[in-house]
Parts: sequence; structure tokens; C-alpha cells
Amino acid sequence: MSAVLPAKSLADRLTTLFWRKPKLLLALLITPPLLWLGVIYLGSLAALLLQSFYSIDEFSGMVVPEFTLKTYAELLRPQNYDIILRTLIMSATVTLGSVILAFPIAYYAARYAKGRWKAVFYLGIMLPLWSSYLVKVYAWKLILAKEGILTWAATQTHTNFLLDAALALPGIGGNSLSTSYIGMFLVFTYVWLPFMILPMQASLERVPTSMLEASQDLGATRAQTFRTVIIPLALPGIIAGSIFTFSLTMGDYIIPQIVGNSANFIGMAVYQLQGTAGNTPLAAAFAVIPIVIMLIYLSLAKRAGAFDAL
Amino acid sequence: MPAAVEFRSVSRHFGPSSAPVKAVDSVDLTIAEGAFFAMLGPSGSGKTTCLRLISGFESPTAGEICIFGENVSNTPPHLRNVNTVFQDYALFPHMNVRDNVAYGLMVKGMAKAQRYAKAEEMLALVHLDAYGSRKPGQLSGGQRQRVALARALVNEPKVLLLDEPLGALDLKLREAMQDELKSLQQRLGITFVFVTHDQHEALSMADSLAVFNDGKIAQIGTPAQIYAQPKTRFVADFVGSSNVLPPALTQNLGGPAKWSSLRPESLHLDPSGPLQGTVTSLRYLGSGHRVAITTQGQDIAAILPAGSPLPEPGAQIQLGFAPAALHIMDEV
Repeated sequence: MSAVLPAKSLADRLTTLFWRKPKLLLALLITPPLLWLGVIYLGSLAALLLQSFYSIDEFSGMVVPEFTLKTYAELLRPQNYDIILRTLIMSATVTLGSVILAFPIAYYAARYAKGRWKAVFYLGIMLPLWSSYLVKVYAWKLILAKEGILTWAATQTHTNFLLDAALALPGIGGNSLSTSYIGMFLVFTYVWLPFMILPMQASLERVPTSMLEASQDLGATRAQTFRTVIIPLALPGIIAGSIFTFSLTMGDYIIPQIVGNSANFIGMAVYQLQGTAGNTPLAAAFAVIPIVIMLIYLSLAKRAGAFDAL
Repeated sequence: MPAAVEFRSVSRHFGPSSAPVKAVDSVDLTIAEGAFFAMLGPSGSGKTTCLRLISGFESPTAGEICIFGENVSNTPPHLRNVNTVFQDYALFPHMNVRDNVAYGLMVKGMAKAQRYAKAEEMLALVHLDAYGSRKPGQLSGGQRQRVALARALVNEPKVLLLDEPLGALDLKLREAMQDELKSLQQRLGITFVFVTHDQHEALSMADSLAVFNDGKIAQIGTPAQIYAQPKTRFVADFVGSSNVLPPALTQNLGGPAKWSSLRPESLHLDPSGPLQGTVTSLRYLGSGHRVAITTQGQDIAAILPAGSPLPEPGAQIQLGFAPAALHIMDEV
């Protein structure tokens, strides 16, 4: 009697084993990245969290490895509290600005751009991401500077009064755009905008045309359709994008150094505290703030039903 | 009294005007108030475009569309008193069933208590009273269909448009929904305009129907007229897969030298019948058998009722029919 099945090589035996036990293959594939995620990613985060519960000895400048909430209490000191508030407001404003700027672009790309125009869209969004972050920020500093192209353009078009009016605004104005909060807002929004457009576009693309037609068919005006159908369905994408813009702004320490009036932001504070000041516990405590804020933000968004359409 | 829907030489062309795609090509159509009107045709025949012209999602390239005597050619969809049941139902996934149904009232600014009461009424109409707080994602296909129906009816439209609403349902559910739609239409007295590519559905549900082909209406009539007296070869073939006979064969069978149609179920085994041929295939249909023969180079199908004696494939048989069954077509 001849064998029905051909002789098995080692490779055949292996594929057979994986075919019979698919979970084994899955385990083999997923263990290395899980280890990476667990040890290096979450592990270092836990170490950070732990550090934030230590304190620093004020005389020796040494870290005291004993559990205390003293470091967190320090966050409430006026100068530290100001940093947190300033960063929070800037992050929220940048996120809002990004949403407003990104929506028409994402909507056009999702609904109308076809074929070649879609490729142009993706290229247009991604291209700025390919060049160095520092180059872009310095380029913006030149654009926004007092001798920069914006001032020049305003002079040429006799719209200086607009620029001056913006700079005269209390709190957010300043000597020139590059040394004001307005300038910082512009740079942040520019740098993080792609991270808002892409998830927004992806969520808008999943809204079938028939759903918009159904809304119209039932008597809704365009504005009503926008408010009651498009926005709720795009909300998961907006939230995803805002997670990027919000957390990236919260953690950034370079833009506030280059653009703006050198007021301190969380990222800068962390950088200075763990570097020159050697106050790792306070730096860690500062670093925990964005995490906490993001968690609060997400739970609020979930409670508001932002993920119901998922 | 004006007709519910009237098309006056309506065309809808797509693409460049030098070489347009004529989705709808100078169609004249009158749908009476209270009718259950079906638009039947193969895909790409223009029936769905016609429906979208009524709802306002397409504008005519030429011609006029009137709804109850009012020219609506330039009226946007949200201002037309017609509602649509979409093919994919298009229920809003972020709203529960009650909010979906009440949507049309919500955008009109009706107070919450009032619109919810009306929505519950509509849900009761489609036997979904207990499902108001569910999300569309938690419903079966048939239930979603009913929600879509309730949502479209809540505004009390004068014309309800249905775009292949039963296409996604399985056979049994489809038949149940057919009965239900029909009785709902009779109860409400609303004009229903129904698009389908399923001839059984069109024949069994509609009071009158239009058969579409290539952007034009091939024939309008009652189901019985369309079925028994097809005007063109296309209608004869598309509705009920009739045998379409060329003029020579019609003449051989005692008719004039014109194209004719012969329904498969009007043929029976008859040793002295005029149609003689070789059995080329035999198919079991459940309710009977479909026998195909070739005669004078022409394929002829006959449906033999269950219980009648069956020929062998390859056998020579003769088929007969009542003289009235041969329908002469004046148009080609």
C-alpha cells in the first residue's frame, strides 16, 4: 500500500503543529512585543510614578527614597501651579484650533477627494512631517520675528494695524509674534495639525453618504445634519486627534523655548528639574500631570458618549 | 386631482455633455395617489436614479418633476414631503431606535415628549414597541428594516420611496415583509414607490409597475398586463423569463410574422403539439420541473407541474399550448 500523504519534512511538521495549535503561533509572535511594551514601556512609566512619590533632601540635594506626597504638594506652589495652568490652557487652545482648521480639510478629503487628489492630500499632510521638527520650528521663528516675512507682508499690504492690534492684546500679545503666546499657538497648531487631520479623515470616511442623505430626507437642513449626524459620527476621530494634539503640546519642551516669552511649560520644567536642578521626584510629579489630565479627559469623553459610534 | 408623482420628459445625464451617460432618458411617468407603484429593471436601468429624482438627491438634466401637482425640480430634499427607506437602511448608529424614528420630528423642532410619543406609535406600527432604547447595532436585519420604515413614516410623507428595501433579507423574512408592506400601505393610504430588480416582488406587491431598460420605461401597466401582454422582447424576457419567439417561428405556430412571447407555464406535453424538439435540460424547481427543448434552433422552456410525467434528457417531445397563450408583440 502506498502512502496517501507525502513524507513530512521538518518545516511541514512545524506548519502542521501551528495549524493544529494556532494559539502557539500567536503566543510566539506576540511575546517579544508584549515584553517590550510591558518591561520597557509600562515598566519605565511605573518607575517614573514611583519616583514622583519620593522627595528631595533640601540640604544635600539627594533623593530620599521614602514614600511621601510632599512632592505633589509642591506642585501646588504658585509658580508650579502657574506652569500647569499655562500648559493646560495652551494645549486646550491648540487642540481647539486644530479641530477647527482640520475639519474642513478632513471633510473634503473624506467626501470629495478621489484618486489623484487623494494622493495629493496625503502627500500634503505627510510631507511636513518628513522634515525635521527643529528646522520647522526655527523656520517659524523667522517667519514670526519682528523683521520676519509676516511683518514685512503686513507693511506691504498696510495691514500693520491688525498685527499691532493682535500684539497689543493683554496676556497673549507681546513685542513680536515670535515672542508671544499667539506665535507659540501658531507654531504648535502647525506642528501637530497632521495628527488631527488623519484620524478625523479616517472617521469621516466611514460615514456612509446614505446616512447624510437620510438626514436630509427626513427634513434636516445642512446645519442640522452637521450637528446631529456628522459631528457625533466624527467624534471618535476628533477625540483620537485631540489626544495627539493635547498630549503632544502638554509634553513639548522645545517650542516654548524657541518661540514665546520664555515662560515655563510642563515639558520645560521637567527638562530643567531632572537635568540642571537634579530634582528627579518633582520632575516625575510634573510628568504625571499630563497622564492624569489625559485620563480625566478620556473618561469625560466616554461619559459624554464620544465613543458610542465606534 | 393631481397625480402623486409626475415626470414630464425627465432626463438625468451624467458625465460630459458631448458623450453623456443617459441614466434616465426623457421619461414620462404618472403615479396615481394611493398607488403601490413598483419600478422594476436590471441594475443600471435607471430605476434608482428615478427614485433619487423624486427624493431630490438628483436633479433632472431636463424635464419637470411634480409631486401632487407642484413642480419640485428645484426643491431641495429636506423641503419635499417625501421620505425614503434606504437600501442600507442608513440608521444613525449613535442614536437609539426611538431617537432614530423621532429624528424627522426632532429636526422640525417638536418637543421631546411629543416626538417620543409619536415615535412609539410608529414603532408599534412596525411591531417594535419594545425596542425603543436599543441601538441599531443590536437589531437583526429585519428589525433594522422596520426601524427604517418607521423612521420614514414618522413625518407622514405623502409619498414613501423604498429603494430595494428587502434586498438584504433572507427569503422567508422577505416574503413576510412583502405582506406587511402591502397591508401597511393599504392601511395608511400613502403612495408607495418601490424600486426592485426582483420581478416576483414587483408582480406580487405592486398595483402598477414600470419596467425600466436603458434609462427608458419599456412598459407601464398592471402586473397582469405586464406579465400576460409584454410590449417588447425585453419585458417578455425580464418579467417571468418568457420564451421570446422570432417572427418565423411565430408564423409556423399560426401567428403573424411578428415577434411573440409564450409563457413557460402555458406549455404542456402534447403528443400532437406544434412544438417538437429535443430535451436539452431538466431542472427541478420544487413546485414542478423546468424542461428546455431546442426546436428550429430556438430554445424553448416549459414548466411542467409536479406529478406530470417527465421526459428523459435527449428525448424527442412535443409541446402544446392554448392558442390564446401566444402573445404577439407589436414593438420589437
